[in-house]
Amino acid sequence: MKPPPFDHHAPRTLAEALDVLAATGEHGKVLAGGQSLIPLMNMRLAAPAHLVDINRLGGLAAVETGPDGVRVGALARHAQVERSAGAAAVQPLLRQALRLVAHPVIRNRGTAVGSLVHADPAAELPAVLALLGGSVRLARRGGTRDVPAGEFFTGPLESALGPGELAVSAFFPALPPRAGTAFEEVSRRHGDYALAGVAALVRLDGGLRVAAATAACVSAGPVPVVVDVTAACGAAPAGAADWEAAARAVRERIEPEDDIHASADYRRHLTGVLAARALREAARAAVEHADGSAGGYAAGSRAGDGG
Amino acid sequence: MTTRPFGEAVQRREDPRLLTGRGRYLDDLGSGALAAAFVRSPHAHAVVRDIDVADALDVDGLVAVYTWEDLPERLARPLPLLIPHPALTHGRTALPLARDRVRHVGEPVVMVVARDRYLAEDACALIRVDYDPLPAVVGLEEAARGERLVHDDVPGNVGAHLVQSVPSADGREAGEAIAAAPHRLEFRLDIERSASMPLEGRGVYARWDADDASLRVYSSTQTSTSVRMALAATLGLPLPKVEVIAPDVGGGFGVKIMHPWPEEVLVPWAAMLLGREVKWTEDRREHFTSSAHERAQAHSVRVGFDDDGRVLGLDVTILHDHGAYTPYGIIVPIITSTQLPGPYRLGAYRVAFSSVYTTTVQVTPYRGAGRPQAVFCMERTMDRIAAHLGLDRTAVRAANLIQPEEFPYDQGLTFQDGRPLVYDSGDYPESLRLLKELIGWDSFAAEKERAAAGGRRLGIGIGCYVEGTGVGPYEGGHVQITSDGRVHVSTGLTSQGQGHETVFAQIAATELGVPLERVSVVTGDTRRFGYAVGTFASRAAVMSGNAIALACRKVREKALRIAAEALEADPRDLEITDGLVHVAGVPGASVPLATVAVLANPLRYAFDDEAARATQFAGASPPDRPPVAEGEEPGLEGRGYYSPIRSTFASGMHAAIVETDPLTAEIRILRYAVVHDCGNLVNPMIVEGQIHGGVAQGVGGALYERMVYDGHGQLLNASFMDFLMPYATEVPHVETAHLQTPSPLNPLGIKGAGEAGVIPVSAVIASAVEDAEGIPVMKMPISPSELFDLRRAAGGPQAS
Amino acid sequence: MGEAAHEIALTVNGVLRRTRVPGRRLLSDCLRHDLGLTGTHVGCEHGVCGCCTVLLDGEPVRSCLMFAVTADGHEITTVEGLADGARMSPVQRAFAECHGLQCGFCTPGFLCTVTALLRENPAPSGEEVLEGLSGNLCRCTGYQNIVRAVHRAAEIMAEERAEEA
Repeated sequence: MKPPPFDHHAPRTLAEALDVLAATGEHGKVLAGGQSLIPLMNMRLAAPAHLVDINRLGGLAAVETGPDGVRVGALARHAQVERSAGAAAVQPLLRQALRLVAHPVIRNRGTAVGSLVHADPAAELPAVLALLGGSVRLARRGGTRDVPAGEFFTGPLESALGPGELAVSAFFPALPPRAGTAFEEVSRRHGDYALAGVAALVRLDGGLRVAAATAACVSAGPVPVVVDVTAACGAAPAGAADWEAAARAVRERIEPEDDIHASADYRRHLTGVLAARALREAARAAVEHADGSAGGYAAGSRAGDGG
Repeated sequence: MTTRPFGEAVQRREDPRLLTGRGRYLDDLGSGALAAAFVRSPHAHAVVRDIDVADALDVDGLVAVYTWEDLPERLARPLPLLIPHPALTHGRTALPLARDRVRHVGEPVVMVVARDRYLAEDACALIRVDYDPLPAVVGLEEAARGERLVHDDVPGNVGAHLVQSVPSADGREAGEAIAAAPHRLEFRLDIERSASMPLEGRGVYARWDADDASLRVYSSTQTSTSVRMALAATLGLPLPKVEVIAPDVGGGFGVKIMHPWPEEVLVPWAAMLLGREVKWTEDRREHFTSSAHERAQAHSVRVGFDDDGRVLGLDVTILHDHGAYTPYGIIVPIITSTQLPGPYRLGAYRVAFSSVYTTTVQVTPYRGAGRPQAVFCMERTMDRIAAHLGLDRTAVRAANLIQPEEFPYDQGLTFQDGRPLVYDSGDYPESLRLLKELIGWDSFAAEKERAAAGGRRLGIGIGCYVEGTGVGPYEGGHVQITSDGRVHVSTGLTSQGQGHETVFAQIAATELGVPLERVSVVTGDTRRFGYAVGTFASRAAVMSGNAIALACRKVREKALRIAAEALEADPRDLEITDGLVHVAGVPGASVPLATVAVLANPLRYAFDDEAARATQFAGASPPDRPPVAEGEEPGLEGRGYYSPIRSTFASGMHAAIVETDPLTAEIRILRYAVVHDCGNLVNPMIVEGQIHGGVAQGVGGALYERMVYDGHGQLLNASFMDFLMPYATEVPHVETAHLQTPSPLNPLGIKGAGEAGVIPVSAVIASAVEDAEGIPVMKMPISPSELFDLRRAAGGPQAS
Repeated sequence: MGEAAHEIALTVNGVLRRTRVPGRRLLSDCLRHDLGLTGTHVGCEHGVCGCCTVLLDGEPVRSCLMFAVTADGHEITTVEGLADGARMSPVQRAFAECHGLQCGFCTPGFLCTVTALLRENPAPSGEEVLEGLSGNLCRCTGYQNIVRAVHRAAEIMAEERAEEA
């Protein structure tokens, strides 16, 4: 299991990186953390002719937090984002999800943006980006574009990233006032890809009734499946919402598949169980958030944290 | 300090080396060697039409490409069938490289040798093999239907069929005893495929010395002596010109007892042909598809029993999947067949197995070797009986246990060593009592009820086993005390992490009365000891341990004889303490073993002051006798062999408490308890470690690991991503208690311990999950998804 | 036609090492075969088993999931660099004391992982130890004695700190 040969490029500047990517086009592949790409190369399931190693682009390692949300640079490792107190304050779902990504040692090297670009429907971060309505910033020679999550994930292991483009950062919107999040998943072994997993976001109104509730499901379809369950659970008080009805709504929407680890039926069932759990927990966190933050949120956030 | 370290939990001698990166595993050797890689079949079953290597020839660094056509006559034949058996009427083995037919994904077709492994793989990728695919044969049922054949000349795909039958005391055959029994049950039990999966794969590194016309081969093997003989035979070399060494080996668990592998003969052959060092290090994907698996068996059970649950008749029909070839014979189903009765006295017993070919990786023993299946079968049967009669599961077992006064107990079967299966010693009722106490069996019902009140589902399970260990034919040991007072021990069998350097040193230090630090041990190196069988069947401590003890006793006797002369004492009055031979009770009159070693080897030439004492003018030997007496040999050394009349039988009982999640169907082991009896313990710390590791592999087999083939014979989970070996987060804490019933069969009174831990785990977990869920568990492993399916099939309330 | 080679410089166990590698040379192979540090083992080459774990600038990473060229200019610690001269580190000693290894193949990866874990968290809870070990496979020990060794190493380190103070 040795990777096939390739031309290694180690640009020192973003412009240089974009030049190489432009020149190599569909034969070029970006190497950041490599925790998904290198296994595929070692198995010779991926054989890019050119590898553009961006690990020397220091400017891309920042985790920037602001009132609107968290911008994660292309070289920010999972562990770095997970540790960022600022990021956790602005958008707690990031840390909740990152703790479930593989194992600590993989998180030391793997990058959040790399995980988004890899676009594995069984992975946590794509679901998080989809749930929060975040976006990915793609740079190419001569310009950048921000692609919203809803358009970014186009299929299993497929994204909107085009030849010649580099995903330079991802933006995760901040937690709204009186809102809470949770991530629940079940995997075969600790750290494995989830058999099913649900990220939940619940926003309450001033009377602490559910104003909006959404769930994003992993391993439930070709891309992360976001389900708006607001109608299903009704505008009930946070503690009395019908999360089981929400779970039923989730089960109806998802399209899990059989694989060697679990049947589609089990995944559907499990996703519902986890949706109810995650939504209930998110609602609880929202109540806490409403109590605790009293009109201010992410008060402690600071820019450039952890870069 | 004490010179009786036998029985002490001394720290391992191997560890300082292994902890500092100074271990030397196969791939750590031969830094300048060429690398081999293989083109392997992507099809489960196909005709090989043509091989086109032209494109590969352009690869920079390519040295050689070999196909079956290139092999000399001795290598072009099928590999050996290691353990022939009269019932194996249709044994088949593979060619080192496929000629015109491949029978499983991963079968080697072309060997490439290049400057390094990267380049060798580049070349492999450019070789085009034209295959004509044939239908795959996957799974026991399809194989048994025999509509599609794996080997054209094996009708019905049946390689072997064997029946053993033991009538009851009153002469009834099992069928008759079952028919006459007050209660009868009939059911089927299944276990899926898993594999040994050591973290170091296989590997071979060969050095041909053209000047000396000799071959030195390093192999990550469980048997270097047998690889050596196979190589000499296959390559047509004189045995003394071939040496095989097992370096540090990163785990074996059975798969490395198989030999010679295709690579194990091809790599040395290429090294000879090329006059260059050649090395092949198996990668993980190769290990999944090109080594060996085990466990897949289906068992159809018919049992008759009385009101107390006593088994009056048991009839088991086994279907065994041995994969594409049978190089290791039918040892696995033979062991299942014969170890199935476990600690029980069965009325009448009949067992029949058919071993069938499939187009999958071959099956050879994996730790436990057929016993996990046997115990799953017997223990599930005990639980079914208990459920049928409404009795406590331990009560049914107690009613069937062989009693301590019944030893030796003859089960009336022929074991894997071809000898009668006679249990030598044990105390099963005491074992059961200890286990119930350890796990809190009798108070569990209340605990379960309390948990249920809180919405939690708990279950308790039990599994008992007897394990034939220390099978023959023999092992040997060599012990030499040199003139510096050091003790050099060697034995032919190999080590894969069991701490042999430590336990054999403990035995030698104790037997010889020398400090442990002075003893060094070498295993698995044919340069040091050429006669051996190998490490398998929990036999190393029993076989080599006793052989080394016997060798030490010879050396000790000689040392006392020589020292007696030097001390002018009667050898019977002498003992050895801390390396000094002295008159018992007279500490002043002593001679160091180092000096005895000097005196044992009459010299002409002095190479140091100590040696001068043994030269001809030093007066060391009386002038009226030959310096080396008739019948004596120079040197203070000796060889011992231990060859037991039959196996010694260890035993144990496990229990577990599990929790199943009512919603997610996740299964968690809350507690795991083990009572273990392997006779006298040489090193309790090491035995305990063996149990922990065995249980962890058992947990893997019960809840996580399986080899998943699709209908086309593709292995769908050939990676650690999808073959779910448990991490620290999945393995429960193991609580242990020991019973020490010495074996009367060997001088040290020991029994094997290596495989024990893994044997009953699937039975125990199935028992516990069934108890928690109230749904029969007849197949293992079980995943949350499968438990979910069982719940639905049982029509129970499915919360959602 | 040969592959382009890249000149790289790594500080391995405190020693600056220079070598030439093709772009695809895995760091694990570079350490083992180019620099002769065979203590780092390779168990799966797809990042699951953890045998090849080394410390990159002090943080544990999989050396089979990193190209040697990417490590150019960085500091690497392998199992060969954990001991203080002839004296084994507290983690190594604890593994010996607690019988935390059998075949020893996975051990270097565990040692590197645990060394970093205890540096960051000198007194981890049982759960933190399990989480810290959760990316390393061992097929021999059943982990029980490894877990014990981690706690024991924490204890030894605390004792030694107390002695120094």
